[in-house]
Amino acid sequence: MMEEKLARCVASWYPGATGITTPAKLSGGASQETWRFDIVHPDGNFGAILRRAPSGYGAAPSRAAGLHAEARLMQLAFEAGVPSPRVLYLLRVEDDLGTGFIMQRVEGETIARKILREEEFAGARPKLARQLGAVLAGIHGLPRAHLPKLRRMTATKELDEFERDYRNLGWPKPVFELALRWLRKHDPGPSAEVTLVHGDFRNGNLVIGPDGVRAVLDWELAHLGDPMEDLGWVCVNSWRFGEIDNPVGGFGSREELFAGYLAAGRRVDKARVMFWEVMGTLRWGLMCGGMMQRFRQGPDHSMERAMIGRRASETEIDLLRLLAPRGS
Amino acid sequence: MQDEPTPIELTRAVVDFLREDIAPMISGHHAFKLRVAINILELVIRQSTLQEGSDAKEAERLTGLLAMNGSLMELNRVLAERIAEGALDLSTAGLAEHLWQTTMDKLAVDQPNYASYRRELARYKEK
Repeated sequence: MMEEKLARCVASWYPGATGITTPAKLSGGASQETWRFDIVHPDGNFGAILRRAPSGYGAAPSRAAGLHAEARLMQLAFEAGVPSPRVLYLLRVEDDLGTGFIMQRVEGETIARKILREEEFAGARPKLARQLGAVLAGIHGLPRAHLPKLRRMTATKELDEFERDYRNLGWPKPVFELALRWLRKHDPGPSAEVTLVHGDFRNGNLVIGPDGVRAVLDWELAHLGDPMEDLGWVCVNSWRFGEIDNPVGGFGSREELFAGYLAAGRRVDKARVMFWEVMGTLRWGLMCGGMMQRFRQGPDHSMERAMIGRRASETEIDLLRLLAPRGS
Repeated sequence: MQDEPTPIELTRAVVDFLREDIAPMISGHHAFKLRVAINILELVIRQSTLQEGSDAKEAERLTGLLAMNGSLMELNRVLAERIAEGALDLSTAGLAEHLWQTTMDKLAVDQPNYASYRRELARYKEK
């Protein structure tokens, strides 16, 4: 069914394609799916990824940029030399595959714990913090005029959303209250410079090879806003996967990240970066709470979702370490 | 009074069965799901073991901080409101200590292997 439609679609634009291998579903909830397949060609197979929202799931979650915007951003990034998959095709109505796109599959590792621990990446790890700074500089430097239509976010708007999400949980979390209060007080106001913000730039959303960063994935939370947001988010303790003394994804120091960013001709506001790290820590804590709610109310009654609810406390200890450090 | 074995002992027996007899038989996605299931049961065991003691101490601290009595839920709601209003903050005597202790007690149940928790636990034991 889906395989036949996809094969027909690929044959219509990939010259010389003789078919596809059976697509394997990589991830996805009800509204968005990621499939892996090869385009079969006499000169050798070509690895591809399909990202789509099946028909009937047109409405993306309010925070998502939408699949076509995501495709456009990845293509722009690719053309600007930012490590990114090449977008091959945007789905059309006549393909009958829903909305979405097909992109080149970039080989490498995305599982954070493997990247942090396996020998294969030992040579890359010490270089990654700096490289990530350079990659972010590339993303923030993409020309505004070429970008698709995106949400414009500020810390104040985001805090309003956090507050609403937190109140919706209906469960008192004094540490989250403390963080909300701290963030309101330290909100630096709108950024003088507004750029493309990736929105989920972190260890786990990057394809890494022994040579370093190969691709930046998961652009669905992209928006316009304070570029320092991405620098703060990549440092959130939850994305260090146990390597807590290496703030940048468990790889290296903030100084290395900043050095890579500065070397590409951009400026760093360290106070803003720290503000966004606190924001990001609370954000992940609230996302854990949101997943717990979906477990309780919604169609996804899985054990994994349930257990994620019990990970909110990880962000509580990290917020305390940031806002009320002990015995330092 | 209910009879023995206790819920903790019963759950422990299920964990041992899943880990020793079932885990070696399965692989792939089901093996992953089984690990999650075992983790859940172990969390339940930790909570059953620790909650009574930590709840009692938390209620005692809250009663002192807020100068009022109530259920743990009521006391936490009042604490949350007072922090939101700014009536209590980190300069309030005992608040930081209370939040730290309460959070440490949560992590002891939720994620005792979380690196930040282990670091803070070691720091606490040094004193």
